[in-house]
Amino acid sequence: MKKMLPKALLLTGLALSISTSAFAADDKKKAPEVMSGASAKMLADTCTGCHGFDGNSKGPATPSIAGFSAEYLTEVMKAYKSGDASSTIMGRIMKGYSDEELAQVAEVYAKKKPVSAPDQKFDKALVKKGKKLHDKYCEKCHAEGGTSAEDDSGLLAGQWTPYLQATMADFAAGTRDMPKKMKKKVKKLTKKEGADGMKALFSYYASQQ
Amino acid sequence: MSIKLNRRTFIQTLGAAAAVGAIGTPYLAFGATKKVVVVGGGTAGATAAKYLRLADESIEVTLIEPNKDYYTCYLSNEVLGGNREMDSIKFGYEGLKKRGIKVVHDYVTGIDAKAKKVTTKGGESFSFDRCIVAPGVSMRYDTLEGYDEKAAETITHAWKAGPQTVTLRKQLTDMKDGGTFVLVAPPNPFRCPPGPYERASQIADYFKREKPKSKIIILDAKPKFSKQGLFTQGWEKFYGYGTDNSMIEWRPGPDATAQKLDAKTLTVTNEFDDIKADVLNIIPAQHAGTIAKTAGLTNDKGWCPIALDTFESTIHKNVHIIGDAAIAKGMPKSGYAANSEAKVCAAAVAAALNGTEMGTPSYVNTCYSVIGKDWGISVASVHKLAKDKSKIIKVSGGLTPMDASAEAHKREVGYAHSWMKNITDDIFG
Repeated sequence: MKKMLPKALLLTGLALSISTSAFAADDKKKAPEVMSGASAKMLADTCTGCHGFDGNSKGPATPSIAGFSAEYLTEVMKAYKSGDASSTIMGRIMKGYSDEELAQVAEVYAKKKPVSAPDQKFDKALVKKGKKLHDKYCEKCHAEGGTSAEDDSGLLAGQWTPYLQATMADFAAGTRDMPKKMKKKVKKLTKKEGADGMKALFSYYASQQ
Repeated sequence: MSIKLNRRTFIQTLGAAAAVGAIGTPYLAFGATKKVVVVGGGTAGATAAKYLRLADESIEVTLIEPNKDYYTCYLSNEVLGGNREMDSIKFGYEGLKKRGIKVVHDYVTGIDAKAKKVTTKGGESFSFDRCIVAPGVSMRYDTLEGYDEKAAETITHAWKAGPQTVTLRKQLTDMKDGGTFVLVAPPNPFRCPPGPYERASQIADYFKREKPKSKIIILDAKPKFSKQGLFTQGWEKFYGYGTDNSMIEWRPGPDATAQKLDAKTLTVTNEFDDIKADVLNIIPAQHAGTIAKTAGLTNDKGWCPIALDTFESTIHKNVHIIGDAAIAKGMPKSGYAANSEAKVCAAAVAAALNGTEMGTPSYVNTCYSVIGKDWGISVASVHKLAKDKSKIIKVSGGLTPMDASAEAHKREVGYAHSWMKNITDDIFG
């Protein structure tokens, strides 16, 4: 006991002299320490219950995430995490992962093969107009008819229409940040074509099955 | 901790490494196979079988499940509310068979951890290197006087979807307008914590549409319940909750706890009242599925203690328990949790069979409830394992905010229905 005394005194002294960091350490102690370092696959496997096996969604409200560029997916997940993109549950879930973990998950889904939403209904009469509008307003970033992930923008071809509708509504409402270039194009499109323009675009993307 | 290599162990290690190099995969070289028997083909069991095959195609996976069709418990409340068909919650095992899983429709009667053998009612026997048990829950018929398995044929629990769901739905459609539906809600822990309250909501939705003079009484064993604030808010909005004319009445435990049943008159007695029902639904107390107890995998409370990283039983080695039956400290007894636990367990079992190290686990849960037309609520959580492995800790998540917009609630219904399509494809596809 006698032997330990000087050490205990020393510790007390330290604690007093750096009281701020000592409190911080105390807080950390209270927060339960968790294991990190799960593999990309282990992390990515948690997504499929909602986003579909291999990231191809079978349900119209939830987007497919297979084949997107890793950069795009990471950005979107980080936007959910920060609140820059409004959401119901995505924000709550994304906060559970570090930015590095999100990037790992993105890499997994970037490598998966995208499959178009199965048997999605669309207005056939609007497809031609939709393609024209796409080429004019969207193709520059969402290249090759919205099938290319190369320029780090979202895949549109074969995506679920209800998801696209909800996302465009969020963009329009300002509850999700829109890239500057896109803002300009969407404004132009809406001014010229009204709501019908969007409808035609959605029909075109859904027609790519 | 460091391992000191003395000269002798150093040479042994070198020798072993050389042997591996020469033969290739030592496991197969010694004539051993990698056999896994999965007991139970529900959410947890079917997911584990599929993800084992995905992890390693050389693992021989046998799934033993008595039923040829599986009806999901989740979304079955919408069937009771007349908002969904039974066919949409029915799933078969063709998808798993295509993945090379041997599916056996039989009833497991014994799991011998020492002999590494599973035996069935059909008289068959299956040997295993590892066994994954996903027995779900069994109802405790011994907790309510006057209630037993026979009574439960007509006084349903419908807490395992299937024929019971159909029976209860028919009783509700046969009930006269102005009738009383009584739901007896179970004590903790039980499968699907928000389930009884979603059920009340769905049936209220049906009554509101077709039998507006009818009432719902929930007799709860608990003083509070999952997503209570959000349910209360939804009930106020849709079903006049809190007014004299409320369609739903929730009577909290412990006072309201059902103590006695008169099966003939559909009357439930608690501390204060005799409550007579026109349709009675008793969701009793639960414990791990029967086989878990038979196999000696349960504790004195009837649930299965496990290691939280591998889901291996702390009672019997080489036997893993996943889903509602497991004591997965920190994870709820939900469908998504079962699916998530199964993936963690499959990774651990594949690693064990291949003699590789199991990675760090990661778990998730999302659970939706549909309260009324275009009004969904949710709870979600991301979990990580505590460093001392004592708990699965929620690192983020939470409920639908109380001030969520009508549009957000509507979207949650859409997400709930899409989740159903995706998780069932993830499990059975």
